[in-house]
Amino acid sequence: MPGDLTDGRIVIVGASLAGLRAAEALREKGFTGSLTVVGDEPHPPYDRPPLSKQVLLGRATADTTELPMRRDPEAEWRLGVRATGLDPLAKRVTLDDGESLPYDRLLIATGTRARPWPNPEEAALDGVFTLRTREDAAGLAERMAAGPRRVLVIGGGFTGSEIASACRELGLDVTVTERGPAPLVGALGGTLSKLAAVMQRNHGVDLRTGVTVTALRGNGSFTGAELSDGSRVDADVCVAALGAIRNVEWLADSGLAAGPRGIACDAGCRAFNMYGIVTDDIFVAGDVSRFPHPLFGYQMLSLEHWGNAVEQAEVAAHNMVSPGPLRRPHLAIPTFWSTQFGLNIKSVGVPTFSDHVVIAQGSLEARRLAMAYGYQGRVTAAVTVDMAKSLDYYRHLIETAAPFPPPPGAQDRAIAADIPIPSDVPDPKGLSHGPTVALTGYLPDRRLTVV
Amino acid sequence: MDSETLLARITDYANRPHPYPLYAELREAGPVVRQADGSHLVGTYHEIAALLHDPRMSADPRTRGEVTRKPPFLRLDDPEHHRLRTLAMRPFGPPHSPGRVDAMRGEIDRITKELTGPFEAGRQIDVVDDFAYPLPVTVICRLLGVPREDEPLFRAWSDALVAAADVRPEEDTTETDEAGDQARGEMGGYLVNLAEQRRGRPGDDMLSAFVNEPDPALRLTQEELAETAVLLLIAGHETTVNLITNGVLTLLRHPEHLDHLRREPGLLPRAVEELLRYEPPVHMRERIPHADIDVAGTKIPQGASVVLVLASGNRDPLRFPDPDRFDPTRPDNQHLGFGSGIHLCYGAPLARIEAQAALGALIPHLGTARLVQDPPPYRQNAMLRGPRHLPVQL
Amino acid sequence: MRTVVDLTRCQGYAQCVFLAPKMFELHGEEGLLYATAVPDDQVERVRQAAAACPVQAILLGEKVSGGAR
Repeated sequence: MPGDLTDGRIVIVGASLAGLRAAEALREKGFTGSLTVVGDEPHPPYDRPPLSKQVLLGRATADTTELPMRRDPEAEWRLGVRATGLDPLAKRVTLDDGESLPYDRLLIATGTRARPWPNPEEAALDGVFTLRTREDAAGLAERMAAGPRRVLVIGGGFTGSEIASACRELGLDVTVTERGPAPLVGALGGTLSKLAAVMQRNHGVDLRTGVTVTALRGNGSFTGAELSDGSRVDADVCVAALGAIRNVEWLADSGLAAGPRGIACDAGCRAFNMYGIVTDDIFVAGDVSRFPHPLFGYQMLSLEHWGNAVEQAEVAAHNMVSPGPLRRPHLAIPTFWSTQFGLNIKSVGVPTFSDHVVIAQGSLEARRLAMAYGYQGRVTAAVTVDMAKSLDYYRHLIETAAPFPPPPGAQDRAIAADIPIPSDVPDPKGLSHGPTVALTGYLPDRRLTVV
Repeated sequence: MDSETLLARITDYANRPHPYPLYAELREAGPVVRQADGSHLVGTYHEIAALLHDPRMSADPRTRGEVTRKPPFLRLDDPEHHRLRTLAMRPFGPPHSPGRVDAMRGEIDRITKELTGPFEAGRQIDVVDDFAYPLPVTVICRLLGVPREDEPLFRAWSDALVAAADVRPEEDTTETDEAGDQARGEMGGYLVNLAEQRRGRPGDDMLSAFVNEPDPALRLTQEELAETAVLLLIAGHETTVNLITNGVLTLLRHPEHLDHLRREPGLLPRAVEELLRYEPPVHMRERIPHADIDVAGTKIPQGASVVLVLASGNRDPLRFPDPDRFDPTRPDNQHLGFGSGIHLCYGAPLARIEAQAALGALIPHLGTARLVQDPPPYRQNAMLRGPRHLPVQL
Repeated sequence: MRTVVDLTRCQGYAQCVFLAPKMFELHGEEGLLYATAVPDDQVERVRQAAAACPVQAILLGEKVSGGAR
């Protein structure tokens, strides 16, 4: 009902972290109308980060990572049902079971899926995995527990590195291939990627950089892979950790600004249509969104971050039940973490939005440090390695656009804290894995075709 | 302006029972309030939290130009702080000894039962002497490997050290400082001697673990061992006694919550967190900037003394709705009771378990109990604030 | 019961590991691993851990149930 935003029909498409938190927040903020959550996976919302850590290590099983509720959102859950289309004029979402759901306001939180190995026949070999869903993790964990001769991980991004770390912790031989010069280089830039490479090799990972996998071999079951340098890796298990694909195909005919980088929305999480006109009844949150951020030149950001899913879902929910002047912008500073090879890596800001870095505290030798990233003389990001208690300080520097390099006087200050070196962030096109933070620029993802 | 005398008034013994109106005045005058002696007071939550995480803020008195021997890790900066705290943590907590504190629950419960055994209805007890002091002393002695019967010995040292560590503006501190130094030396010697007796004959206590560490890279020097052991023994009981006593006092002042907790003991962990916010055992910490810094528009020069009034931050209405209300069900209770950042209280988990066990065991005896004296007599110390005695009629 | 830790907030204070060592574990000096499923005999300890977390990052609760069709 127009006028009363706390009543009416809200549909959320996407039953993962962002969908669940948005549903809870809607009730928290007083929404009393009907709430339906649609999810294509048959499970209630579950948490994904443990799938590449605890689950592979055998400390938790894949079927126990359901997300706890903060409160019961009293929603109708349509699980195992895929949304196939959206008619924004009739205000209906069509489902693959033939039904169509009417809505007054819609939240799109369809997230991403794993980018599969590009050759479908090779991808279908037994022993070839991607890692995104609970089933993926259960299958991979089972194979790893069975003690394969070697695991091949294609892609040295965060997921690939965490899988390699779990393999080594389980005592499994593992090869990592990365087309770029080092693991994590796309996310963290040159200096820390060198630390990542050293950590992998020190822990016994067979790390191959500057190469691509040209073919997966096997007769029914995976037996090995051919590399672009002419070498061959014999292994029983292969994980393609190539990054993510945004789940936007179902919106192809919706007229929304939806493309490979996600669905463009404004700072209030309202979706744009393909003419760049903002809608007022369709909202977007989580990995599938692409939103402008004032601290990063108002470029459109797409983030595959747990924290962003939570925070953006809460802002979207708030705005769905609030009249215009009371709406809030989604301005949270991107934050990310990864645990691998015994190190805790945390990132705040956008490290790829940088031209220079300094090691502000600690040292590479100590495996304990804070690195600050600067762009045109101001601090835009920081990454800590086993120094998470410093992160709030650097977040404050980013929020206040503090001068780069950071001010003097920090304890455990590195000798070279005043000497910026190039941040050395490569073009993501040259990497095996997709970025988990992408500055997607000012341009729309797809051209408008005039018919 | 009166605000220049705030620290002197906060530390004035006459204001010990009711410092909170002064904290409100501090926040009103803040966020940074310069004192006549050149020190700076900070009493607002967000500024305190930011400074506790600011790597430019030193905990080391030598940053102020003070000439003194190397302090324990509580008052050191990284990387030395990190090294020593990590070594001290090895026999106490994760990652090396994750189950150590949890495994003490049974013994802590047994001690509290023993102590509350004689608490019959109609009797008058002193919560401090009969309960809140003996419990943490017994626990820390057991944990470190210090004979419980030596308590009168280290109590005197502890008193002298705690007095020397207090915030005391406008006061000649030479005498207390000298007494503190002497106590520190004697207590360190005593503890190193105890540890040496266990070299090669380890018990399951922490002193044994320190002297019998096989890896030379992970061993404390004799000076480090002395400083660390003194710190742990003192911090292990001087603060917990306040937490428990403040807890009993607060519950007796709020009979409705006492009643609620009696009916719903599952609420105790959150009640203890609320106590840490509402009546924290540690009211202030000092920091010294390594460089000129700017806090909310005020410049604080390098080397200045900055007093972070944690107990005031805990009552900041910009962070906690209705902050002067004691509410054991308070959501989002991210208090500063144990500090924050790299110096977050080393013994916090032990203090929590002791306080939960202590209050849990005492609550059934407080059915018709009443305070004999309200406010009770307080200890001199302004930084470690708590009652000296808490007479209660059961 | 299920638990999830907001590792975006987590700063590695490890209070949860002290209080519920069977449910929480440090991975290295600072990284946190946790058991996602909480058995009945550990619920009280996880509650204590959640209350004690200095950054209030631990959520204990029921998983979504009902309404699915």
